Amino acid sequence: MDEKLTVNQIRMKSSRKTLAVRIVTYVLLAIWALIVLFPFYWMILTSIKDKAMYNAEYTPKFFTLEPTVENYATAFQAANLARYFLNTLIYTLITTALMLIVIILAAFAFARLNFRGKNILFAAFLSLMMIPSELVVITNFQTITNWGMRNSFMGLILPTVTSVFYIYLLKENFESVPDRLYLAAKLDGASDFKYLCKVLIPMCAPTLFTITILKIIECWNSYVWPRLITDNEAYYLVSNGIQEIRENGMGRDNIPGMMAAVVVVSLPLIILFLVFRKRIMAGVARGGTKG
Amino acid sequence: MKKNNLKAWLYLLPALVFIGFFMIYPLIDVVVYSLEEGFNSVSQTSFGFGFYNFSYVLHDSYFLQAVKNTFILVIITVPVSTVLALLISVGLSSIKKFREWFQTIYFLPYVTNTLAVGMVFMILFKKTEYSEGLMNMLLRWVGLSAVDFMEGPYWAKMFVMCFYTIWIVLPFKILVLTSSLASVNDEYYKAAKLDGASGSKIFFRITLPAISPMIFYLVITGFIGAFKAYSDAVALFGTNLNAAGMNTMVGYVYDMLYGEGGGYPSYAAAAALILFAIVLTITVINLSVSRRRPSL
Repeated sequence: MDEKLTVNQIRMKSSRKTLAVRIVTYVLLAIWALIVLFPFYWMILTSIKDKAMYNAEYTPKFFTLEPTVENYATAFQAANLARYFLNTLIYTLITTALMLIVIILAAFAFARLNFRGKNILFAAFLSLMMIPSELVVITNFQTITNWGMRNSFMGLILPTVTSVFYIYLLKENFESVPDRLYLAAKLDGASDFKYLCKVLIPMCAPTLFTITILKIIECWNSYVWPRLITDNEAYYLVSNGIQEIRENGMGRDNIPGMMAAVVVVSLPLIILFLVFRKRIMAGVARGGTKG
Repeated sequence: MKKNNLKAWLYLLPALVFIGFFMIYPLIDVVVYSLEEGFNSVSQTSFGFGFYNFSYVLHDSYFLQAVKNTFILVIITVPVSTVLALLISVGLSSIKKFREWFQTIYFLPYVTNTLAVGMVFMILFKKTEYSEGLMNMLLRWVGLSAVDFMEGPYWAKMFVMCFYTIWIVLPFKILVLTSSLASVNDEYYKAAKLDGASGSKIFFRITLPAISPMIFYLVITGFIGAFKAYSDAVALFGTNLNAAGMNTMVGYVYDMLYGEGGGYPSYAAAAALILFAIVLTITVINLSVSRRRPSL
C-alpha cells in the first residue's frame, strides 16, 4: 500500500510539474507572439488615428475611439503611392517571369541533356552561389549606367533576373522525375521541348510555385538595387517610395499618413502569405534564406 | 544517351548570358576596380595601379565605424537570435493547441517589407519634444528615465538596431528549427523515457545532437546575413547612416558608390572585397569548428 501511494504521489507531482511547465511555455510563447504582432498593431492603429489627435498625444494611446480613413486618402494623394505600387507590380511580374524562363531552360539542360563540359559547368555554377551580391553590384551599377538604363525598367530588371540557387533547386527536382518518362516521350517522337512543357513542368509545379513565391517576396522587398539605379520618382519601387515618404514627405510632420502608406505597402505580401501559408512556409524551409 | 551539345548550349544560353554579364564579368571587374587607385566616376581616371584603395578604406574613419557597428551587430544578434529561436522552437514542439497559430504569427516578419516595418520600430522608439514614444513610456512604467533611442547615445541606437535585426531574422530560424525538431526520430525519445531520463537530459543528449547540423547551418547563414546588414539600418536611421554613426560595411560600400560623397567605385570595390574576405574567413572557421565535432 505504502509503496503504491508514493508512486501515485510521484505521479501527481510530476503531472503537476508538467502542467506548470506547459503553462510557462504557453505564457512565453504568447509573449513572443505579442512582440511580433505589436508593431503590426501599432502601424494599423497609428494609421487610423486622426493626425491632430496623434500629434497632441504626449503619452501614446493604445487605442482610438475615432478611427479615420483620411490618412489613407492623404497617403495616396500626397505621395505617389499608386505609382510606386504599379512600378513594383510591373517589376515583380516581369522579373519573375523572365527568371522562370531562364532557370527552367538551364535546369532542363543540366538535368536531362548530355553535353561536353556539363559537370565542370555545373560545378562552376554551384561555386557562384557563394558570391555575395555586394561584390557584383559595383560593376552592375556602372554597366547599367553606361548602357543608359538608369531610371528604366530594363535597368531595374536585367541584373536581378538570374538565380543560380534556383537553377540548382529546380535541376534537383527535374532529376527526381523518373527517366522512363523521358524515354517514353522520346519513343513517342516528342521533342525535348515538348517533353519539358508537357511532362516536367507540370510534374514539378509545386517547386516552381515555391520558387515563384520566393522570388515575388524578394522582388517586392528589394531596396538596394532600385535605390542605386533610380533617382527619378517615376521609377521608384515601394521600398524606395516609402523611404522617400519618410525622409522628404509625410515622415516629417504626418506620422499617421506615413503609417497608412506603410500599411498599404505591407498588405499585399501579408495577404499572399495568409492565402498560401503552408506552401510558403514549406518553401522557405527548403529553399529560403534570410538572416 | 547521345550527346546533343548544340541543343544543350542553346537551352543554357539565356542563363549564361545573364550570369556572364551580371555575375562573372563584375566579379573580375571588381578586382580591377579595387586596384585602380582613386578611380572615380566623374573623371574616369585613376592615379595608379596598386593597393592604395585598400589603405584608403582602412584609414577612413567612416569605414572603421562601419566595421565596429557591423561586428557588434553580428556578435550580439547571431547568438541571441539562435538561442531564442531554439527556445521558441522547443516550446512550439512541446505543445499541440494553438501551435499553428503561433507558427503563423511567428513567421509574419519574414513576409514584411523591411523598410516599411522598420519605420514602425522607429516610431515606437523615437522621442521628440511632443511625445516620448511608446518605449519610453514603458521605461517610465518600470521607473527608468526616458532615452532618445533614435538620435541619442550610441548604445541606445545599437540596441534598437539589434532588436530589430533579431525580430527580422527569427522567423526563418524558428521555421528551420521547428521542422528540424519534428524530424528527430521518435524512437529515441521513447527509449529515453523508458530509461527514466530527465527532460533536460533528453534535450542535451538527444535533441541537441540530432539538430546540431541545422544549428550550425543557421549560425553560418546568420553570420553571413548579419555581416551584410544594411536595409534594416536604413529603415531605422535613414539613408544618411554615416551622420547617424550607424553605418554598416555594406552601407559603406553603397555610400562610396552612389549618392552624396559617392562616385568612387574603386573604394567601394576595396571595401566590398574586405567584407568578402571577412565573411569567407569566418565561414571557413565555422565550418572547420563544426567538422571537428564527433556528432556531425
